Formats: sequence, C-alpha cells, structure tokens
Amino acid sequence: MRARTIEISVGAFVLAGLLSVIYLAIQVSGVTAASEKEHYQVLARFDDVAGLRVRGKVSMAGVTIGRIQNIGVDMEWGTAVVTLDIFGQPGNLTTDTSAKILTEGILGARYISLMPGADEEFIQNGAEITDTQGALVLENLIGEFLTNLGES
Amino acid sequence: MGGAIIRLHLTERRQVLTKLSIMSGNLIDIQNLTFRRGERLIFDDLSLSIPRGSITAIMGPSGTGKTTLLKLIGGQEKPEAGQILIDGQDVVRMSRTELLALRKDIGMLFQASALFTDLSVFENVAFPLRVHTSLSEELIRDLVLMKLNAVGLRGARDLMPAELSGGMSRRVALARAIALDPNLIMYDEPFTGQDPIAMGVLVSLIKNLNQALATTSLLVSHDIHETVGIADQIFILADGRVIGSGTPAELRDSDSEMVSQFMHGKPDGPVPFHYPADDYQYDVVAGID
Amino acid sequence: MVLFLRRIGMRAFKFLAALGRASALWWSAMRWLPRLSELNLLIRQIYNVGYLSLVIVVLSAFSIGAVLALQFYTQLARFGAQEAVGVGLALVLLRELGPVVTALLFAGRAGSALTAEIGLMKTTEQLSSMEMMGVDPLRRIVAPRIWAGIISVPILTAIFNTVAIYGGVVVAIDWLGADAGGFWSGMQDVVDWWEDLAKGMFKSLVFAILVTWVAVFQGYDSEPTAEGMAMSTTRTVVISSVLILASDFLLTLVMYGDF
Repeated sequence: MRARTIEISVGAFVLAGLLSVIYLAIQVSGVTAASEKEHYQVLARFDDVAGLRVRGKVSMAGVTIGRIQNIGVDMEWGTAVVTLDIFGQPGNLTTDTSAKILTEGILGARYISLMPGADEEFIQNGAEITDTQGALVLENLIGEFLTNLGES
Repeated sequence: MGGAIIRLHLTERRQVLTKLSIMSGNLIDIQNLTFRRGERLIFDDLSLSIPRGSITAIMGPSGTGKTTLLKLIGGQEKPEAGQILIDGQDVVRMSRTELLALRKDIGMLFQASALFTDLSVFENVAFPLRVHTSLSEELIRDLVLMKLNAVGLRGARDLMPAELSGGMSRRVALARAIALDPNLIMYDEPFTGQDPIAMGVLVSLIKNLNQALATTSLLVSHDIHETVGIADQIFILADGRVIGSGTPAELRDSDSEMVSQFMHGKPDGPVPFHYPADDYQYDVVAGID
Repeated sequence: MVLFLRRIGMRAFKFLAALGRASALWWSAMRWLPRLSELNLLIRQIYNVGYLSLVIVVLSAFSIGAVLALQFYTQLARFGAQEAVGVGLALVLLRELGPVVTALLFAGRAGSALTAEIGLMKTTEQLSSMEMMGVDPLRRIVAPRIWAGIISVPILTAIFNTVAIYGGVVVAIDWLGADAGGFWSGMQDVVDWWEDLAKGMFKSLVFAILVTWVAVFQGYDSEPTAEGMAMSTTRTVVISSVLILASDFLLTLVMYGDF
C-alpha cells in the first residue's frame, strides 16, 4: 500500500514537471507552430547596425513579419550584412522595399522596419534589399552636429 | 544460488555434512599476514587456520585488530602482505566481482547489527534472498519465517528496526546473516552491550546454528566467560601476533604470562595499564610545553 | 612562514585526495545505468529527494515570483512600462533565479538529508554489511540517489519557474492591475524557448549533478562519528552552494557570453 502511494506521488511529481515545461514553453516563451512558420531569406546591407541583435524583430507598419537570422560583416566594403527571415513565401515584398533600423521606444531594442515600395516585381529568396538606412548612432550625430557648427 | 537452495533441504544437508567431514581440513588459512593502518602495524606476520565446522574464537584486548581481521577475511580490507585462503582461494587477489560472489557464502553479524533502517524485520531478512536468488515470493516468505523462527522472532516480522531492543536487533541480524545458509558465519563482538538474558540467548543460538547449519563459525570477542563456553578453539591476539592458541581449557592453564593476564582479566601485566608515555615524574616536572 | 606554507600544501594534498576519492565514487556508482529491476529503488529516491522537496520549492517560488513582480512593477511604473513586468520576470526566472534558487533549496533540503542518511548508514555499518552480503552499496545505495537527484532537480526547476510566474501574475495582474494582454504578449515576444528555457534547464541539470555528487560523497566519506556527520552535512550545504554559484557564472559566461 505504502509502496503504491510512493509510486503515485512520484508519478504526479514527474507529470507536474512535464506539464510545467510545456506551460513554460507555450505560455511563457510563446512556442507555437509559428516558430516553424514557412519563411524565406532576404539580405540587407547597412552602414551601421550597432545595437541590432540576432532574433530581433523585422516589422512592417509595426507588425512583425520576420526575424533577424544572422548579422555578418562584409570586410571588403565595410558594411554589415543582415540576413532576414521573412515569414511566408516570396511574393509579398517588392524589389524597391526599403529597410531602416529603428529603436522601440527610447531605451528599447533595435529592430528592422521595412517600407513597402511600388515596384511590380517581388524580392526572391536570397535577394538583397538595396535601399537601406543604418542605425542612428548618437556619437556620430553629435560629431556631425559639431562639425556643422564649426563650419557655419 | 543453486548451492543455497540445495542446502535448504535437510536430507541433502546430511549428505553435505558427511562430505564436509570427509573433506575436513581447514576452511580458512591465513599465512604471513601483515597489515598496517597508517603508521600503525596491526598484524605482523600473522598465521592461523580455522578448521571446518568448528567454532573458533579470536580474542584479545581492544584495539588489536580483531574486527580488522574479519574485514580482511571478507575482503573489505587489503593486507600489505600475506595470503588469506578460503577454501583454497586467495581472498587478497580476488577482483571486486569475485569478492561479491564469495561473500554470498559468508554471513556476518556486525557489532552494530547494521539492520537496514528503512526496511522491516521481514524485509531485512529477505534482502539477501531477494538480491541473490530469483525465488518466488512464497518461497522467500517461507524461508524468512524459518530463519526468524530459528532466532525466535517470527512474531516480530512486521516491526521496524527502530522498534527492536538491542538483543532483538542482533538476533534479526543473525537471521539475516544465515538467510543464504552460508558456509562461514563471522560474529563481530556479538555479546557487547547485551543484558545477561540476551547474552545467554545469543550464546545458545551461536552454538545451535553452528551444529544445525553445519557451518564454520568465527567469533571475535573479548567476553571471556561466554566465549570460553562455546568455542572449540581460541586464538589470543596481541601486538599483531598470536600469543596463545588452543582449546579453552588449555589456554586457561597456559604458562604464558600474557595469556593468563587476558584469560583471568588482570589489570596490569605484560599488556601494560599505561598508554606509552614519558616518565611520570619527568612529565610533571617538565610542565606545559 | 615555512609552517604556513606547509599547512597550505597539506590542505592542497587533502583536497586532491578528496577529489580523487569523489571521482572514483562517481565512476564506480555511475558506470551502470539503472536496471529495470532497480526501478523501484529509483522511484523511492525520487520520492525522497524530489517529491518531498516540493513544498519548500513551491512556497519559495511563489513568494520570489511575487516579490520580483512587485519590485519590477514599482520601478517600471515610473516609465509607464508596467507591461514589461512579464518580460523581466520571465527572463530573470528562466535564466538565473529558477535554476539557481531551486538548486540551493535542493542542496539545503535534500542534499543535507542525503549526506546524513548515507553517513548514518556508514556509521551503523549498514554499508559494510551490505558489502558483506555480496551487494555493492555503490550500486544499491549511491547510484539510485544520484540518478534521483539528476532527474528531480530539473523537474523541480520547471515547477519553480511555473509557480514563480504564477506568483508574479497574481501580484502584477490580479493585484496591481497591469494589463494581462501586454504582460503575456511581451513575455512571449522576448522569451525564446531555446535561449532562455532550454539553457536554463541545462543549468539546472549541471547543478543537479554537482549537488548530488557532493552530497553523496560527503555522506560516503564522512567520519563515522556524530561530530563527523555534523561536519559532513554542513560541508554538503556549503560546498554545493559555492559550486552552484561559481558554476552558474561559468555557465552564463559560456552560454550567453557574446564575445
């Protein structure tokens, strides 16, 4: 009898552990089928990606439409190459889409915002977004401001 | 395992018995044993042999390594030099697996009884049967009750070790030690801390079990009176050597000063009353160092 | 001076010897996987070290979650970012507090009990007698306890995290009135199942191994006296706590270090 109680308790304990892990995965980290969502890759070159992180948001009009998959640097040109995972299939972004690095709120995380263009053709898997605007770096801005001040 | 079952049947036990008497000779042969614990020499070139079927007692003052000797025989300690032959096999050179197998044939009664505190009396006795045999639950029950009956505690089978008196837990431990019908039973200070009645019970149990199971018993003790009553043969150890051996009667009349000091319980003699120290007067005068 | 150096040398040797014995113990106990017939031993130990630690883990988790939520809320409310309570809570719990606090509680509750139990078995010659019965105590006593610890601590950690987040929800949403939608979506947006949840669970697995190893070794290696047992249980708690915190730093460095 006592042995049976122990077995049941341990079973309940292990089950509680499993349920907790599932709860943490779904409710807390938001794992859904979405993480396995269909996506394609687009490249974008920026002068400066300071503060941008892998897994950051890619959004359009404030709606998340993708994730930052990789951030690399092209030594030859001295530019950052960011790989974006865009949800869905090629055919939803035009070739003249522009990309901008923005900040959520004042202190929030950096993310990439895409602006739709007006072209007829769509960006294909692995293609590159050419119209980009890098991160605003405060030090650079201040430097520029001071030089302008000196010149005037 | 097979051997254990065979020996359960009384008729066959007789056959084994006669076989034993034919084989006779010594069950244990210890040759030139040297053992050191740290810097201290516990055994110095010790040799002794224990005849099959006998009750042999190892006696000696506390701290002479009597318990250590049992541990050496069981292979729990390794000596520096020498041989310990059980049935012709050298324990010293056995691998861990061989040792574990050998120990199935050895029952040992520990000084602290060493019952498993989380198991009931019944389960304690059943423990060796469960781990070493694949007998049916029914057969295990029969065997356990038989062993408990032999020590007079069949009625206490559902108690937990914490509920037993010292004498009772030692008897349960004895039932557990004989669960697999071992060839050799070793008793480590079985009488220490027992009241006179429990002591009497243990003395007769040891004697009866030795005859009924046709095993060899090795008894470590310093309780002279009880030991002398049951032992066929006694070895007295001191300073890592055997200082006297023989039947109880022979030892009682021994000329050796040391043996007679021990056998008659004299406070001072060759085994000094004082722990080795500087001269007393010198020590007092010297003051604090 | 010479005496001082000598003492340090002696200590170092003692430490190395203990480490050697501990490694030998680990190897001889863990070289077998538990057999099916030994499952009931394992279940019993999971009951002892895991199930019986539930109460303290759940109670601590709830209050820690509640306190964290309260602190986050009062600070974040100044920026009008109350919803970020969820994010902060989840990240702090999953990455650090969950694994570390659970392991510390486990060391105090179950680790010390393991040491005391095995130490007492040694003192009362139960281990010796088992050995003399041809049963390997490393396999019968030590191994199931180590396995039980390795299984239980991650489970306890998961339960701790869940309960702590629930505690945070009670305080932040039910009591202080943060917006539930923002709370959960912000959390789900930022928290990553691999980066935060899985790596946190991995930490707890490492802590589990460290704590049970220390606890079992201290018991097995304890001086068979009342004083020695007291010292061993204390040492279990002290050593495993230090090991948990030190290895947490190393693990964080290796897993999250971005350099």
